[in-house]
Amino acid sequence: MTNSKALLIDVANCVGCRECARACAEVNNLPQEEATELSATHYTVVQSLNDDQTFVRRLCMHCNEPTCVSACLVGAFTKTETGAVLYDEAKCIGCRYCMQACPFEVPRYEWSSLSPKVQKCKMCYERVAAGGKTACTEACMFGATTFGDRDEMIKEARKRIDESPTTYVNHIYGLTEAGGTSVLYISNIPFEKLGLPMNIPNEPIPQLSWRVLSQIPKYSVAASVVLFGIHWITARRTEVARFEAEQKKLVERN
Amino acid sequence: MKFPRILRLTFWKSVASIFIALGAIAAVQRYSMGLGATTHLVDTFPWGIWIGFDIFVGVGLAAGGFAIAATVYLFNIERFKPILRPTVLTAFLGYVLVIAGLMVDLGRPWTIWHAFIMWNPHSVMFEVAWCVILYTAVLALEFSPVVFERFNLQRPLKIIHAITIPLVVLGVLLSTLHQSSLGSLFLIIPGRMHPLWYSNIIPFLFFISCVAAGLAMIIFESFLSSRAFKREIELPLLTELSRVLTVVLALLFTVRIQDLMSRDALQYVFQPTYQSALFLGEILIGVLIPFSLLLFKKTRSSQKGLFYTSALIILGFVANRMNTAITSMEHWPQRTYVPSWQELFITLALGTVGFVAFYLIAKNFPVFVSHHEEAPAHSAEHEWIKELELVSKQN
Repeated sequence: MTNSKALLIDVANCVGCRECARACAEVNNLPQEEATELSATHYTVVQSLNDDQTFVRRLCMHCNEPTCVSACLVGAFTKTETGAVLYDEAKCIGCRYCMQACPFEVPRYEWSSLSPKVQKCKMCYERVAAGGKTACTEACMFGATTFGDRDEMIKEARKRIDESPTTYVNHIYGLTEAGGTSVLYISNIPFEKLGLPMNIPNEPIPQLSWRVLSQIPKYSVAASVVLFGIHWITARRTEVARFEAEQKKLVERN
Repeated sequence: MKFPRILRLTFWKSVASIFIALGAIAAVQRYSMGLGATTHLVDTFPWGIWIGFDIFVGVGLAAGGFAIAATVYLFNIERFKPILRPTVLTAFLGYVLVIAGLMVDLGRPWTIWHAFIMWNPHSVMFEVAWCVILYTAVLALEFSPVVFERFNLQRPLKIIHAITIPLVVLGVLLSTLHQSSLGSLFLIIPGRMHPLWYSNIIPFLFFISCVAAGLAMIIFESFLSSRAFKREIELPLLTELSRVLTVVLALLFTVRIQDLMSRDALQYVFQPTYQSALFLGEILIGVLIPFSLLLFKKTRSSQKGLFYTSALIILGFVANRMNTAITSMEHWPQRTYVPSWQELFITLALGTVGFVAFYLIAKNFPVFVSHHEEAPAHSAEHEWIKELELVSKQN
């Protein structure tokens, strides 16, 4: 995607001040309360590791080829030109397949509502479309969250790793994970310890089901031909058998 | 076959009433208080027994419908006709209950019609939704002759007879697609499922296992209805079905083990975990034990043997679907799910409604008919007989 934006999260720079989460709650009219897990009212959270010195921010990864977009039967999710993956509550029927399908377990549900919606980070779509930055980026004073074109963010990530190769792990999480995401992580701690899912394939996940789904037209035609064929043969066989029996009877009668 | 006193119908009637009453209370709560207050579903465990049991098991057990319709109409094996109608009725009720289950489980059930007009062909759920819609319609049509006969409506009866074959072909197509697509739903979550259940051939595994479950369901149900309606049992037919079942079970076992081996996942079977115990339970109860039992002629030709073997297969099938939908998800990251009483009783009530509906329909409509009573088939078939007679008279 040419114009796609991305967020670069630098775990090494994060001090855990949670200004990003506060700014996020403010622009999205969510309650100001600290949380450690994403929820319908927390689009981003800052998780602290056991050492209390390392902090990892979690939010929707805004995949390049999102699993939720492909999974939703009514097409309630879209990958927008800014890179943000957006949810349209007017379409949603509430099957929660997106929650089941998301490899990063991001979509959250308004369980207590009688007309529940799925909630997640919107990558400040309106602000970004108007040329601005996400609220969390503006709130971050330590360079733990940077925002810009995805290509630029990848370059920036590479630069930071190359400048201090002893500090950083030589990996950009989100560069290839799930076929690439619009949220990139670099870290001074091995990624396994950050709690980010490590078993994400490097290809876009939607193709796992598309491989099977795309066979359906072929299967349907082939199966119909075979089924009609079987019927034609067996029906013909029965008819011939009956004809012969009848003929025999008539011959005997005469 | 003799049943212990406790299994008598009057006992089951009171059990059914209790289930339905509690289910109704649970349903009222679900619609007035929301999913959060009435279920144990959470963000990290968004699908519970309403999906795992009501949908997956309901659809699977309805598989007998397409199997018998194909046997009778496509393979022209007419002697299976006596069990056609009860089987199609089971399948139809199964699908109606699946839709009822969906109405409970969906967060916004009043928007279910969106599935008709908002299309996303890249979604497996889209395929599932359309299979449910179309196959329910096909099953309704396949069953409709029973209703037309009851009210003696000749015209619609003729129309249905004329389109029977295309209808059956469509039914087989939709049903096989639907069974396998329920498995395909899981293709997209490789990282989330336990390797004992995640497989890239899961659509195929779902298909074979549903054939086994569907056939077992026919046998099981034949016995229940023979008792409820005090009719003769079609023992020779069921014995034949059980032979097919033996082959299907063998195939299921072979493919399942071969699949585990090819993914290097066989090791998980022998690790002393809660998942491996449930996996072994599912395979032993649903496949290996019934397969071994069916190898004996004594089992295949006795009412009791067939009844209990088919019950085992159904139980194993239920375990497989529940394991796929629930146990396999509990493995990462360690989480557990136990259904709330509302989830449990809505499920039990839906199942009970199915049994009661079957009983009432079978009691009031010509569901059980022997093939002698059936109207003669197409008139076209008899034309050549007349011709033949004419020719022979002329000679």
